[in-house]
Amino acid sequence: MSLTTILMTVFSTTFVYAAPLIFTALGGTFSERSGVVNVGLEGMMIIGAFGSTVFNLTFASTFGSLTPWISLFVGALFGLVFSVLHAVATVTFRADHIISGTVLNLMAPALAVFLTRVIYEGKGQTPVINQSMGDFTFPILSKIPFIGKILFTNTSLVAFIAIIVGILCWYFFFRTSIGLRMRSVGENPAAADTLGINVVKYKYMGVLISGFFGGIGGAVMAQSITLNFSASTISGQGFMSLAAMIFGKWNPLGATGAALFFGLAQSLPIIGAYIPILSHVNSVWFQIAPYAITIIVLVIFLGKAVAPAADGQNYIKGK
Amino acid sequence: MNTKSLKGLAIPLVSVLAGFIVGAILMLIFGYDPIQNYQNLLVGSLGGVYSIGETLRNMISLILTALGFAVASKAGFFNIGGPGQYLIGWFGAIVFTLKFSHLPAVILIIGALLCGALAGGLWSMIAGVLRAYFGTSEVITTIMLNYIILYIVNFAVKSWLASKGSDSSPNITSKANLNTPFLQHITDNSTFNWGFFIALAVVALVWFYFNKTKSGFEIQAVGLNESASQYAGVNVKRTIIIAMLISGLLAGLGGAIDGLGNFENISVSNNLPNVGFNGMAVALLAAENPIGIVFAALLFSVLQIGGLSISVYSNTPSEIVDIVIASIIFFVGIKYAFELMAKKGWFNRKNKVGKGGAEK
Repeated sequence: MSLTTILMTVFSTTFVYAAPLIFTALGGTFSERSGVVNVGLEGMMIIGAFGSTVFNLTFASTFGSLTPWISLFVGALFGLVFSVLHAVATVTFRADHIISGTVLNLMAPALAVFLTRVIYEGKGQTPVINQSMGDFTFPILSKIPFIGKILFTNTSLVAFIAIIVGILCWYFFFRTSIGLRMRSVGENPAAADTLGINVVKYKYMGVLISGFFGGIGGAVMAQSITLNFSASTISGQGFMSLAAMIFGKWNPLGATGAALFFGLAQSLPIIGAYIPILSHVNSVWFQIAPYAITIIVLVIFLGKAVAPAADGQNYIKGK
Repeated sequence: MNTKSLKGLAIPLVSVLAGFIVGAILMLIFGYDPIQNYQNLLVGSLGGVYSIGETLRNMISLILTALGFAVASKAGFFNIGGPGQYLIGWFGAIVFTLKFSHLPAVILIIGALLCGALAGGLWSMIAGVLRAYFGTSEVITTIMLNYIILYIVNFAVKSWLASKGSDSSPNITSKANLNTPFLQHITDNSTFNWGFFIALAVVALVWFYFNKTKSGFEIQAVGLNESASQYAGVNVKRTIIIAMLISGLLAGLGGAIDGLGNFENISVSNNLPNVGFNGMAVALLAAENPIGIVFAALLFSVLQIGGLSISVYSNTPSEIVDIVIASIIFFVGIKYAFELMAKKGWFNRKNKVGKGGAEK
């Protein structure tokens, strides 16, 4: 295998595995920046994966090759609707955020598999989708010597979109007044309230946007990697995204970077087999490497992770 | 916020009822018979010696993983590492039993349980040490440790324990089985085992630890306010590490007991054991109270074991019980809503209640 081919494989597998994590981790930043801890990302992904797959299977003949892209949007809406549960519980009814997030993680697989059995005659998994997100080669960029081949040929389009969305989210939080307000609600809701910011509205917004992105994350997973929906479609990616968000210090760019890093780490076992020096190393090392490296990087370079000051606290007006 | 305004058990009971109602509504919508299904659920979990044995056995690991989560949580840590700690405990107990099968039964069993518990404790302590000395988020490290141990155990089972071409270790010697012939005899061959009594004893120990010992008090103090505890002379670093150690010991013991009493071997698996996550839910349902955890685990277990017979006797998807479980915890979580309803009277319209929530 030539160096170019190896690098191309590294980048494309990295992007494929990172895309769902990027979207979901971005979702996490919205919720937590507005002060609502979100351990329910896994559940939001499951609902998004379920909604998008059912839509894809039902409407593939109508929308043809556009289906997976519309399915992403449908998955996002499913995630958004599902996250209302978390918003109502934490913002309106002052539930403990961890409890409510855990409810999402318990409810999502139960509800999604229940409905899958209702729709698909008792089977716990859907059929495989025909219209999936395949490889994408950028028209002009792929002609650039070397770089075009490794970065822009046979790669994951949705991952590039995810990275752009990550940059937009950063812009939103740190360069717009709405973003500033949302952050202020997560840092000091009482002060924000005094300034006339509607704390409840911003918290709802934060959680619902996180549901929207978590739903996309799950949908990307189903449309590009697993290609169907079952109880094991989402197995820990939501928690990985949560970790990516903390790793990225609650910053959209950091979260995007951390998710890309996790994606790269996931591609290790796949590419390890092709690299001569690494090919005789036992595969278990590649399997645990992503997780071990994450811990080591965190310990050495990042130190204490500091969440938004009022993250996880319920805001009670006048108290 | 005054959580005591509805006396003691009212909120959990109302929540359980509400959870069952949600399940019933869902079944009615999709054309299944709720009454028949709930009846099957109760018969399947409590309708005979065998079912009761299974239900009680299923409680063991729920109780222990819940206690583990609760201990870390009291110290202010979110230990999602339960599944991994349970897994390494299971693995440790099986390895010990297989390697020292010549030992007398009592020593073999005690050794295996200690080995499993200790493995879980040390594994979890990694997160404690990193948190104490480097401030590394235990949320991330426990998630990562879960996956690391999943792959290590899979690798170890496949290459050391299993015979060629197999994905499972050999079965442990029958003398190490906690599910003894006597218990099998009186419970109609269920998997009920002595681990149940160990779990209850551990509940008492944990209760004693929190309420009667200095170390248990320090854990709670650190959980409430780290810097204040520091000023009061608590060794915060040591307390953090102890909390994570105990947390992992308990989850590991859960895995060890299930290994010896239920599975009798260990197999390669693609996913982390679910029980670790369920234990978390049990602890939350019980508000992390050790005694409450026993009852929450019983409820969970009734639903889980009973749920198995729902899909046997009808075409209702058994996932309905998981929906009921999630709903119950949701209602426990939003207890403030019930307090509002009680305060304002039950006849208020729902949106009015919601608005009240924002305005206090």
